[in-house]
Amino acid sequence: MNQPYLKFEQIGMSFRRGQMETEVLRDVNLHIDQGEFVSMIGHSGCGKSTLLNILGGLLQSTTGEVFLEGKVVDEPGPDRAIVFQNHSLLPWLTVYGNIAIAVDKVFGGFQGKGKTKAERHDWVMHNLELVQMAQAKDKRPHEVSGGMKQRVGIARALAMQPKVLLMDEPFGALDALTRAHLQDSVMEIHAKLGNTVLMITHDVDEAVLLSDRVVMMTNGPAATIGEILAIELPRPRRRLELATDPEYARCRAAVLEFLYARHRVPARAAA
Amino acid sequence: MQAAKVVASVVAAVPVSGTTAEIVAFRPPMRPALERIASAARHTVSVVLPPLIVMSITLLVWQLLCSEPGARLPPPTKVVSDAWDFIVHPFYDNGGIDKGAFWQISKSLGRVGIGFSFAAVVGIALGVLVGQSTWAMRGLDPIFQVLRTVPPLAWLPLSLAGFRDSNPSALFVIFITSIWPIIINTSVGVRNIPQDYRNVAAVIRLSWWEVFYKITLPATVPYIFTGLRIGVGLSWLAIVAAEMLIGGVGIGFFIWDAWNSSRISDIIVALVYIGIVGFLLDKLIATVGHFVSHGVSAQ
Repeated sequence: MNQPYLKFEQIGMSFRRGQMETEVLRDVNLHIDQGEFVSMIGHSGCGKSTLLNILGGLLQSTTGEVFLEGKVVDEPGPDRAIVFQNHSLLPWLTVYGNIAIAVDKVFGGFQGKGKTKAERHDWVMHNLELVQMAQAKDKRPHEVSGGMKQRVGIARALAMQPKVLLMDEPFGALDALTRAHLQDSVMEIHAKLGNTVLMITHDVDEAVLLSDRVVMMTNGPAATIGEILAIELPRPRRRLELATDPEYARCRAAVLEFLYARHRVPARAAA
Repeated sequence: MQAAKVVASVVAAVPVSGTTAEIVAFRPPMRPALERIASAARHTVSVVLPPLIVMSITLLVWQLLCSEPGARLPPPTKVVSDAWDFIVHPFYDNGGIDKGAFWQISKSLGRVGIGFSFAAVVGIALGVLVGQSTWAMRGLDPIFQVLRTVPPLAWLPLSLAGFRDSNPSALFVIFITSIWPIIINTSVGVRNIPQDYRNVAAVIRLSWWEVFYKITLPATVPYIFTGLRIGVGLSWLAIVAAEMLIGGVGIGFFIWDAWNSSRISDIIVALVYIGIVGFLLDKLIATVGHFVSHGVSAQ
């Protein structure tokens, strides 16, 4: 089987509001291999989040299909767990409860993947430890910092053992230091588990540092993939060493060049 | 109390700290303890004093206004002396409707309890329905908006005609009075559930029933309790009025009966009781709501 692991085929998306029809995406084609870490970068309004939501099953594309392991994606599911930008933890549940609600649903009951109660507990704790949040398991979301909330959000997504991990600007709302910590954590987890990851970001450094490939989107409306840049830096990557690495600088410059020289004015094309 | 605690800590400190250090160890706790008492006292005074002053002035003005001969309303001193029996014997029961304040109020509270419980269950259910379904909202919301403005007592003749009995009619009036704010607040709460929570539910594939009790209910709890608070207040307003009309035991009819027998002082005492009970009902629902919605409103 030469089928790619994850395939976007001719994805197009239009939103209709009354008489107005806005075409957000047009002809998006993308193949992602298993274990690959792919970032998607572009100016705001270029439809990155829309594309991620189509993969997540939260939106239905107007044209084209997404295939995951050869199967059409048409509804949300735990095999495409999402790390939301604003963490989306349920405030009335503890940190532990927020992960347990997902674990109990995905691995509880009689559906194939069943685990016993003790196994599910261990699995929740395992994932909390993975993001270094085990000590805060009984806290409620409003009692922990923004970075910690996002760690829990990541743990919840990882706990579903997704085929693809979707991250929608996961670190956008965090300060620079916290963001760097979490980026390192994500790199470690990716090295350990080898997940397939599709991440949306605004941050050029983040994209280059974390990804195997950076997908650059043209500006909307009717945005599509402008260019794909392979980042061939060896892993593990360390941000301090990379700061002076010529290859890193080249990749970074390439993304910046795409975003700010060639696709500079997002709003003007809209008219 | 405080002094005893301090002494105890000193005794406990001696064997632990050994030779001369116990004096150093025991001094600092003294001062903060005293200061804490002082600041707590200051705080209490600043909270308790203003209402005390205002109440005293009110009573004084009332006393002065109603003291002259021929005054139509009794002054506070006369209220207390007239209604002394009613105040100090809340538990008397001479049969019929001649019962103490406790029995009158508990009868009314019982009615509110039953009518309000029905309203809570039905109101929350309808609120969730209206909040979740656009069709249900379009169909039902106009009806709700019109019916909720009907004054409670306007329902009484109709319910008497329907039930042909005073007690269920009173319950129905309570129900129909308190249900609207519960429905409306619940539906607003359901409509305001962040899309994020729905997305989470969709990704982990909760069934509709799990979405209801794991996401919808907890996320809506603060709104529900706002509705319940308004509802319980309204039902307490309505029961007194309804009881005046249907008769029997109950604080509402007690007032009417007192008026008919010109016991103005009893009326005034009953009013105070009604106010206090209404206040406590509100606080009760607020406390339960605070406890149940722990963490939700903190977001």
